[in-house]
Amino acid sequence: MKELSEFAVEMRDVVKTFKTPEGTMLNAVDHVNMNIKNGEFFSMLGSSGCGKTTSLRMMAGFEWPSEGEIYIEGQAMGHTPPFQRNVNTVFQSYALFQHMTVYQNIAFGLEMEKAPPDEIKARVGRVLDMVQLMGMEKRFPKQLSGGQQQRIALARALVKLPNVLLLDEPLGALDLKLRKEMQLELKAIQQKVGITFIYVTHDQEEALTMSDRIAVMSKGKVMQMGTPVEIYERPTSRFVAGFIGESNFLEGTVQSINGERANVLVPALMTEVTGLNTGKVKMGEKAVVCIRPEKIRISDEPVSKQNSFRGAVKTTTYIGSDTHVYVEVGKLTIKVWEQNRVSSLDPKAYYTAGQNLTLNLMPENTLILADA
Amino acid sequence: MNPHRRHPFIRIAALVVYFFLYAPIVMLVLYSFNASRTNILFEGFIPSVGPLQMEGSLVTQSPCGAFHWFCELAKNQEVGVAARNTLTIALTSTFVSAIIGTMAALAMQRYNFRIKPFAQLSLYIPIVIPEIVMGIGVLTLFSQLFAIVNNSLGLAGDARLTLGIGTVIVSHIAFCVPFVTLVVQARLQGFDKSYEEAAMDLGANELVTFWRVTFPMILPGVLSGALLAFTLSLDDFVITFFATGPGATTLPIYVYGLLRRIITPQVNALSTIWIGLVLVAVVLLQRLQAREAK
Ligand SMILES: Nc1ncnc2c1ncn2[C@@H]1O[C@H](COP(=O)(O)OP(=O)(O)OP(=O)(O)O)[C@@H](O)[C@H]1O
Ligand SMILES: [Mg+2]
Repeated sequence: MKELSEFAVEMRDVVKTFKTPEGTMLNAVDHVNMNIKNGEFFSMLGSSGCGKTTSLRMMAGFEWPSEGEIYIEGQAMGHTPPFQRNVNTVFQSYALFQHMTVYQNIAFGLEMEKAPPDEIKARVGRVLDMVQLMGMEKRFPKQLSGGQQQRIALARALVKLPNVLLLDEPLGALDLKLRKEMQLELKAIQQKVGITFIYVTHDQEEALTMSDRIAVMSKGKVMQMGTPVEIYERPTSRFVAGFIGESNFLEGTVQSINGERANVLVPALMTEVTGLNTGKVKMGEKAVVCIRPEKIRISDEPVSKQNSFRGAVKTTTYIGSDTHVYVEVGKLTIKVWEQNRVSSLDPKAYYTAGQNLTLNLMPENTLILADA
Repeated sequence: MNPHRRHPFIRIAALVVYFFLYAPIVMLVLYSFNASRTNILFEGFIPSVGPLQMEGSLVTQSPCGAFHWFCELAKNQEVGVAARNTLTIALTSTFVSAIIGTMAALAMQRYNFRIKPFAQLSLYIPIVIPEIVMGIGVLTLFSQLFAIVNNSLGLAGDARLTLGIGTVIVSHIAFCVPFVTLVVQARLQGFDKSYEEAAMDLGANELVTFWRVTFPMILPGVLSGALLAFTLSLDDFVITFFATGPGATTLPIYVYGLLRRIITPQVNALSTIWIGLVLVAVVLLQRLQAREAK
């Protein structure tokens, strides 16, 4: 009996080294550890060149790790070729076979399994129904729109009912509106079929809305792995806090620690700031105070003695739902996103340059991270 | 005013070019219907159908009418043999060079090996060096090689290795391969390896991937390469001249032999058929390329 693993895919200390054309060696993937649970929607998020595609290609079997090992359903993959792995890929370029019809494209994978013809027919029909492209069987890929081609690529991989589906920026070529639609649809399909999705994207909004868990990557390394809420609300490094959403960073030195909280002396403000010690900083260390612009409260008078700073508005930007207010405090400019809760045509309702006000940083919304 | 106004010179230049390109061909085709046996003056078409009648060098009546020389040609045994040889050589060398050429193009696309730059360069050598040099080279190689083999194995009589249809085929393959490789390489330029990866991802092993995905996708390139090889082999004279031996006369060699004696309109008739065939091949080639471009 096959040993069942809790994890669909595991990367254990995987390194992938490429020789660059310049002759130097580059670790495209650098000692990566990842556990992807069965049935999970897992995203790899990172900027261009951080090694997302390389990681995915190693799972699919198109590349082999230089070091470390990849496990699929608990089995070490070694040099197992792609056609012997129970994973399927949706390519960014779709890679639909141009000389085959939609039906032939989708049936291809089942023919390789030597499924009986009537079973193939039934399964192709079912998957076409799922991606809402019934009646397109006889078309060639070139006779379909980009969005339709995307669905066929998805159907072609889904029809194999793999344990894991690997998707490399599958929506990258679609326009914004279609992209949003497909995000919802993909998520719905994933929940319906219960297959593990490993999804590569460099769009943080996409990752946050679709994923159960996210791995944030940078320069071949995993910076943080967690649920969207964890990643956004409790970033463990300055990199993640800056990469996902926006943050204000106030640099300083740790003055004191009491329980979960830490106090940091910020020279630019000439005062101490208190926040949650999420970065597990120690006394005397360099640290950075991190707070999201939407979590800062503006008031006329200080709300408390702690974490309240007088400042003057430098500029404002009205963006409809919010007003972005840039406030000069000490030597720093702090950005604050204020929701426009009242409807008004009066410019004064949206703050004006030079206006004096108080910024209140609630300690429970303020994070203290190591300044790496 | 149209900035690209056509200067009268352009029209004249075009006419001159077309005249010198096509006038010889038109003349040649016209003379294959000549009533005169001598190929000097056009004496008009053979007027009527009936038993063969001649007045001096003029044919006045023939069972085939205007197509007299084509009928004569059909009766000519030697032409039949030469035509069969030509086709055998062309088909065999096309088939073999298409396979070798395609394999070479694929290898150059997917693998990096030390002699790759040299291999690429070596493709152009048979194309750029004068054909006569190739011909002499082929002759020298085969005669030396066969002499050594015959002597060392003590072969005698019919068992001796000699120049013939085999040597012609081998040398045709040699000069056709680079053309096929270059054409297939052009086709492979934009070939995205993710198609092959997709096939393997869906459970196809390397062999199935090649036959179900790679080959159908590069087939138009392979076919146009093969067609090019076919037309090159069909009308090759120089290399064949050196590589051929007794009993392996091809059409170009045969025509050359005829011309040295007398030029009868049979030669024209033969050429007309030939032009027709090549024309069909060229049209096919164009169709293929047009489809590829789509
Ligand atoms: N075959 C290869 N040879 C050499 N270097 C490579 C190769 N494949 C990838 N790299 C390098 O490895 C790094 C990671 O590439 P990868 O394709 O994994 O990035 P990515 O995260 O998918 O980026 P993107 O968002 O742009 O797709 C890049 O610096 C890239 O140049
Ligand atoms: Mg990528």
